[in-house]
Amino acid sequence: MQTASMRTAYGEALVEAGRENKNIVVLEADLSKATKTSLFAKAFPERFFNIGIAEQNMMSMAAGFATCGKVPFATALAVFASMRALEQVRTSVCIGNLNVKIGAPYGGLATAENGPTHQCISDINMMRGLPNMTVLAPSDAVSCKACVHWAVKHKGPVYIRILRDGEPVLYEKKEDVNIENGNRLHEGNDMAIICNGFTSHMALQAAEELTKEGMHVTVHDIFCIKPIAADVILDIAQKCKRIITVEEHNIYGGLGSAVAEVISQSRPVPLKIMGVNDYFSDSGSHKDLLERAGLTVENIIRQVKDFVE
Amino acid sequence: MEKDIQFLKDTAKELRKNILKMVCAACSGHPGGALSAAEIITALYYGEMHVDPKNPQDPDRDRFILSKGHTCPVLYSVLAMKGYFPLEELQTLRKINGRLQGHPDMNKTPGVDSTAGSLGNGLSIGIGMALMAKLDKKSYRTYVLLGCGELNEGLIWEAAMAAAKFKIDNLLAIVDYNRLQLDGTNDEVMPLEPLADKWKAFNWNVITIDGHDFNQILGAFRKAGETVNQPTVIIANTVKGKGVSFMENKVDWHGKAPNKEQLETALREIENDI
Ligand SMILES: Cc1ncc(C[n+]2csc(CCOP(=O)(O)OP(=O)(O)O)c2C)c(N)n1
Repeated sequence: MQTASMRTAYGEALVEAGRENKNIVVLEADLSKATKTSLFAKAFPERFFNIGIAEQNMMSMAAGFATCGKVPFATALAVFASMRALEQVRTSVCIGNLNVKIGAPYGGLATAENGPTHQCISDINMMRGLPNMTVLAPSDAVSCKACVHWAVKHKGPVYIRILRDGEPVLYEKKEDVNIENGNRLHEGNDMAIICNGFTSHMALQAAEELTKEGMHVTVHDIFCIKPIAADVILDIAQKCKRIITVEEHNIYGGLGSAVAEVISQSRPVPLKIMGVNDYFSDSGSHKDLLERAGLTVENIIRQVKDFVE
Repeated sequence: MEKDIQFLKDTAKELRKNILKMVCAACSGHPGGALSAAEIITALYYGEMHVDPKNPQDPDRDRFILSKGHTCPVLYSVLAMKGYFPLEELQTLRKINGRLQGHPDMNKTPGVDSTAGSLGNGLSIGIGMALMAKLDKKSYRTYVLLGCGELNEGLIWEAAMAAAKFKIDNLLAIVDYNRLQLDGTNDEVMPLEPLADKWKAFNWNVITIDGHDFNQILGAFRKAGETVNQPTVIIANTVKGKGVSFMENKVDWHGKAPNKEQLETALREIENDI
């Protein structure tokens, strides 16, 4: 599979959007080389603000920018954007329903070797809990760009969880990406896998393997975790009767929870939630950490087979 | 205590070598800000703090918090050299199932008194420890090493006010003032000057020194120890990447591991005091 860097896609998308829309401003907290807002800084230095290692200040400043009609992209590592500045996101941004976009690279376990202080497995949960917040989690570089452009058009706060480098490319062009409803990566009636982020390519691979064994699995890539496309989820539930969710996040409060909230209230079907089983992980390679969490193609296949009626 | 300056200099050399070897073995990590703190850490562990590697949880031990947690190779190296764990273990930095996490983890590594990695938290944690020493009538002291970029965080200044309010004289804050952070210099990212005046305005006792000069470091420790009813901060002027010519004052070496050849060159330079 061809791969591309999602954080680079984020930086490039900011430049594209900044060229089209003069109201776009970017805030950064001393990590522009890592988050790739450095690309925007180079293209539009007058619309780039490095606030230093002060994420809370950055977030509330972004709220101030938004009150003046700007479209600020406040950027920090996912773990600090979602948690260090959480109260500012809630109070300064969400209560006022201000047009602040939060770009959050290095989501999930992608900060691997840096250890648990930098790994980010609770952000979707935090952000989903905030009224007015839209929560996006693209799965590759192309959908990452699509999310940035979608966020510019959307009025109101948006959190975009981005990964890092070397993510397999799933989409050809950003017009192919359906942000609101998600994209069908594989069709089948025997079971459904609903996934997002880095796990989507794994789910697709698992489905392809299972097809060879005569099992036909639907794989649906969700970008918008909140508001989640309830109709799409319910259709999948009706068609496939059993759902497995897969995500690089705590099993509590993420995609699995969002899907459970939909089906349990309208069309209950058995559901299995795959993710990080509520623990802080260690330093290690991304691959090691994914393996420990059971987020591998092999384990998805195993879980599907175990879950057959 | 071994206060012999030559001994300390030799120890700092060893420390620097261990930092570079372990970061090279890990293929990632933060050498620049670890090297700038080598003398400060050496002076703390070999000339100042009362700690017992055989009893890392001793309730009466002096506490050390590496608030700029990303520079943990300097802490792990000194802990290994002091005998908290075998020197060979330094090679396991950042590897799966190891005890030496990418940022300090108090539940995994013997001798680590506080988890860190998210910048800005260490001074507050240290104030908590120092206040409880007073409440419990214990004589241990608490030492907190801060990065200069880290001072961008508002939390640091909340802690600074609290330390003065509670007259915390059993805590020593040290700023590793290497003037570089991640994206560039302090001046480019977030200017700090006048830094000493800022701390003074927060009612701290401020001592400014050359952070690579053992006489000055030990002298500052002594003066801090004699100060009562007021918190002390040492502003240690340092050089990021100190000791390795191609790393000195280069922001690129904030968070990048040397390859094997670079390691060899660096080790040679440190050995020969180039
Ligand atoms: C809250 C938080 N924000 C951002 C980071 C990412 N980060 C790690 S080190 C660093 C720069 C630190 O600079 P400084 O404190 O001067 O450390 P030193 O130069 O001594 O290495 C940044 C921004 C972090 N670890 N924590």
